[in-house]
Amino acid sequence: MNLRNVWQLGIKELRGLWRDPMLLVLIIYAFSLSIYTDSKAIPESLSNAAIAIVDEDRSMLSARITGAFGPPYFVTPRSITTTGMDQRMDEGLETFALDIPPDFERDLLAGRVPAIQLNVDATRMSQAFTGSGYVQQIVTAEVSEFVAGHREATELPVDLALRARYNPPLDPGWFGAVNSVINAISMLSIILTGAALIREKEHGTVEHLLVMPVTAAEIMLSKIWSMGLVVLLASGFAIVVVVQMALEVPVQGSVLLFVLASALMLFATTSMGIFLATAAGTMPQFGLLLMLVLMPLQILSGGMTPRESMPDAIRAIMSFAPDTQFVILSQGILFRGAGLDVVWPQLLALAAIGSALFWLALRQFRRFLA
Amino acid sequence: MTAAPPDSVAEIAGVSLRYGRTVALSDVSVAIPAGRMVGLIGPDGVGKSSLLSLLAGARVIQQGRIAVLGGDMTDARHRARICPRIAYMPQGLGRNLYPTLSVAENLDFFGRLFGHGAAERVRRIDSLLAATGMSAFRDRPAAKLSGGMKQKLGLCCALIHDPDFLILDEPTTGVDPLSRRQFWDLIDRIRRDRPGMSVIVATAYMEEATRFDWLIAMQAGRILATGSPADLMARAGAEDLDRAFIALLPEGEARDLDPVRIPPRPPDGAEIAIEAQNLTKRFGDFTAVDDVSFRIEKGEIFGFLGSNGCGKTTTMKMLTGLLDPSEGSARLFGHEIDPNDMEVRRRVGFMSQAFSLYSELTVRQNLDLHARLFGMAPAAIPERVHRMIARFGLKAVADQLPEALPLGIRQRLSLAVAMIHGPEMLILDEPTSGVDPLARDEFWRILGELSRKDGVTIFVSTHFMNEAELCDRISLMHAGRVLVSDTAGAITAAKGAATLEDAFIAHLQDAIGEEPVTEAAPPATEARPARTGGLFSLRRMLSYSRLEALQLRRDPIRLTLALLGSLILMFVMGYGLNMDVEDLSFAVLDRDQTATSRDYVLDIAGSRYFTEGPPLTGYDDMDARMHRGELSLALEIPPGFARDLARGKDVAIGAWIDGSNPTRAETVSGYVQGMHAHWIARKAREIYGAEALRGDFELVTRFRYNPDVKSIVAMVPAVIPLLLLLIPAVLTTLGVVREKELGSIVNFYVTPVTRLEFLIGKQLPYVALAMLNFALLTAFAVMLFRVPFTGSLPAFALAALLYVWATTAMGLLISTFMRSQVAALFATVLLTMIPGAQYSGLIDPVSSLQGAGRVIGEIYPTTHFIIASRGAFSKALMFQDFGTVYLALLAATPVILGLSVLFLRKQAK
Repeated sequence: MNLRNVWQLGIKELRGLWRDPMLLVLIIYAFSLSIYTDSKAIPESLSNAAIAIVDEDRSMLSARITGAFGPPYFVTPRSITTTGMDQRMDEGLETFALDIPPDFERDLLAGRVPAIQLNVDATRMSQAFTGSGYVQQIVTAEVSEFVAGHREATELPVDLALRARYNPPLDPGWFGAVNSVINAISMLSIILTGAALIREKEHGTVEHLLVMPVTAAEIMLSKIWSMGLVVLLASGFAIVVVVQMALEVPVQGSVLLFVLASALMLFATTSMGIFLATAAGTMPQFGLLLMLVLMPLQILSGGMTPRESMPDAIRAIMSFAPDTQFVILSQGILFRGAGLDVVWPQLLALAAIGSALFWLALRQFRRFLA
Repeated sequence: MTAAPPDSVAEIAGVSLRYGRTVALSDVSVAIPAGRMVGLIGPDGVGKSSLLSLLAGARVIQQGRIAVLGGDMTDARHRARICPRIAYMPQGLGRNLYPTLSVAENLDFFGRLFGHGAAERVRRIDSLLAATGMSAFRDRPAAKLSGGMKQKLGLCCALIHDPDFLILDEPTTGVDPLSRRQFWDLIDRIRRDRPGMSVIVATAYMEEATRFDWLIAMQAGRILATGSPADLMARAGAEDLDRAFIALLPEGEARDLDPVRIPPRPPDGAEIAIEAQNLTKRFGDFTAVDDVSFRIEKGEIFGFLGSNGCGKTTTMKMLTGLLDPSEGSARLFGHEIDPNDMEVRRRVGFMSQAFSLYSELTVRQNLDLHARLFGMAPAAIPERVHRMIARFGLKAVADQLPEALPLGIRQRLSLAVAMIHGPEMLILDEPTSGVDPLARDEFWRILGELSRKDGVTIFVSTHFMNEAELCDRISLMHAGRVLVSDTAGAITAAKGAATLEDAFIAHLQDAIGEEPVTEAAPPATEARPARTGGLFSLRRMLSYSRLEALQLRRDPIRLTLALLGSLILMFVMGYGLNMDVEDLSFAVLDRDQTATSRDYVLDIAGSRYFTEGPPLTGYDDMDARMHRGELSLALEIPPGFARDLARGKDVAIGAWIDGSNPTRAETVSGYVQGMHAHWIARKAREIYGAEALRGDFELVTRFRYNPDVKSIVAMVPAVIPLLLLLIPAVLTTLGVVREKELGSIVNFYVTPVTRLEFLIGKQLPYVALAMLNFALLTAFAVMLFRVPFTGSLPAFALAALLYVWATTAMGLLISTFMRSQVAALFATVLLTMIPGAQYSGLIDPVSSLQGAGRVIGEIYPTTHFIIASRGAFSKALMFQDFGTVYLALLAATPVILGLSVLFLRKQAK
């Protein structure tokens, strides 16, 4: 192993990157604007949910209920007819439709326990459950208050004091921002190393390297350090400038520890990029392979939906993915302020995954060159 | 200066061209006579290729005026009208060919592009292949052809449509003498049949130029002289063109003219540097190198000659360890070749046929990097780099990128790199192909010096006979076998030939065992096909579709990945993208420890949503465990909970949720509140009896379309749009950018195909592939995931067709901005995956999004197709319900395609 060669070849990679202005623009975009837009776009878990009300009662109470819905959780409800309801829900215009039956107020006061129907478009999973919970709460509150004017309460005086820790306003933008950074890290590091290797192969420059006194390990390490460095700097920038400053997400833990973890993560993902490139012969093949790997990495790492709800088999497999470990670890460091004492298992896992991928990639790379 | 003949095929007036700061052409004015064979001569980098590409309309004219075939070349309509009459063969070994397509398929593509019928194409292809002696290779992929055969194929492709104006940029570079002779015979025959045809050829072979009718000599972006070869020689008072050219150079630019002389080698038996014994290499059932043996002494210059594709390169690759021999062995410096032996690599310099240096590094950086990689002492490097730059005449271009340099100068750079570390052995594969004569002489002087002074062993292949004569010994190869091996003089004498070239050709003809192809059917008698004009030609569009489909079919891995991959992704995401939250961990700090408090906890612990962890011992324990992310929820039940409840006093239960994942936290909070309310209602009934029901109402929640609220039913239909976005977009983007990066885009520049034909033509196969994908995914969703399909399948399929049309068009749009495949891949992933997964309603409905993401979501095609997909699967939607979706998707494609046409350039800048 000649470290000077590793250094020289790495500098070559960096110069090559510098010559591709479009790629530089994309990198900057991925680590700034893209993260910003992403984080800003994510709604509160329930925000501006589309609701319509079919008011067949036309009473004081029904008007009161209708008036209780509105921003920020719901849009100002649209008043529709029973027949219009089906059509509108079919077209996906409304997620919720509340049907208040005729004589609702009278029946309620008479103690006949009338029923209100809530129609939920259950193909919109993210709002179906939480939304119907909110609707229930709002309607119950309005009814109780209305009834309270007429009769004595029979409610039990038990209160539930709910507090969210680490992200008290439960602002999903915080989480989204960090998640976007993680996605950008894995996407970019795999593309930069893998696609660059395919390009060298297509242009015949890899073959050229092989007649020189340079070993496969040196070529690989040079790509890992140079491209890893680029992504590391970009992600550091993203965390400090975009996430902390522009998006004003309060970062709890040590950014330095996060950067160290990112370096380990990059070791793993750049190795993975090289591994994929050795498996693919041409750029279109690599592009497809990339999709095939990147999508599960991003979607199943726990960044998009909670890992708890995934099937056990997928969970088990995904625990070997660097992204999964990195998501757990970043949430710990950035939100819960976890230190080395807490995240060491993930750091260890990342190092192990990285070493395994490096070893695999090196073996394949040698074969790829031969 | 001789006046140009009155009728000219092209007139160039005051044309200048610069690449960045480099001036390629400055104020060039010349008229090119019609019906003649015009040669463009001059050293490397004087602007020959630039001039030809401007004539062909492949490059934008920056300054000046060029009229070709009676019209202005800046006028796009004129270019479109006349480009069927022009044929352009760019420089470089088969850069405009499609490597995975066979010889016949490449020709067929060009034939279709120019509108020949099927029978006519077959006739033309047969006659062209016969005329060039390539009939035996008609089914071989272009990538597997040797350099010279690629050139021949390139010429055939240029000739297939009977051009009136043939533009050839160094067509015989890297072509063996026999093929070269056949090549010019072919051109002569075609000109006999079509006397009106004008030909302009850039060439580095002065002996070829001697045979042309009229010459343009260029130097440093300017025209030095024009006239017939005899004219030029007479004017310069020289007896050959080489000398004439030099005499024509302005004062101070003339260079050394003495012929190269290498002193004879001392005849003693030196040690053996290279030894090959019975080397054999087979690729499948094709034997590339067949039982080749030779010994080369230290300090010897050993030449390797042979027809194109005879196995020279393969032999050299075996010697450098790039290929393992199938049989036999080779030794360098007495050691068996070991690809991992770094020491041997350090002692050998290798230069491969194709340019293989880093195009992203400047000339100087390339030299510097290689010096360092070969482990030269850092202190000595600047001096060494400086010397190589001076020695190979690279000073003017030292800080430029190789990509912008002409072939000849790139070859010089490759040589300089191969020699930078002062190796003891040089293995050079056609090092002087495309290099001008003066630079070649200079190069051979250096080789002579290295051999005689420093004892460097040189193993070199070449197609130039004068170079072969400089070698100590040469081997003639054909079809993998060595025909003869001796000194040049002995070989010529043994055949009784006048020149080495004649001897060489005689040997080859003996080996082939037949007369070289002579009279094949003369190509083309049919009148020019009528279907060349028109704003939009279905035929031309389909020829690009066919091309793309063929390339796709040649790449079964890509095809399999596209189809199988999407199924795998659907499987993974369908199961993994789960919004049901279950088995969340929680723990309780129960300070009451009564039956009531346990009853409360039991309600939560008993649900499928939560699993209970060991009880909390105090706040510290709670903090620590939440900090580690072990608990999603912590509950605290205050002391005296049961007592206070019984007395009707206000009590509060504390609940802490881990908010670091807000989506999960919201769900947890919803569950806890729901269970809390449920528990209270139950307790109230226990305490107050039926009275508690008074004033109560029921909220009946109907979960429509997905009554069990299963994630799979909601997610699987939404994953289909996502997959039909990502994969088709990546494939089309790379389909176009690949052509740009690998050079075949020039066909689009110089053939009659329009931008729209090109784009839609490229798009069609991917639309078809995406529709196949769509069918598979839908079947998979219904059969494997058991998602009920309730709507109209034809209506859904129509929506899918409109949608994939839009997504493939998006790939095309991205491709118009990108030059490198790496950037294109990154851009496509970035611009499809994020909007597709985040802004299109896959998880959060678009109506709930905010800011720019909302705007993108509203117009992004995926949004509409997700509505269609969920509608068709779960909501029983029929044709009439899809109105808005159809409209939105129908509107998207023309806009995206229109933008792509707008941004796609029909000429290089």
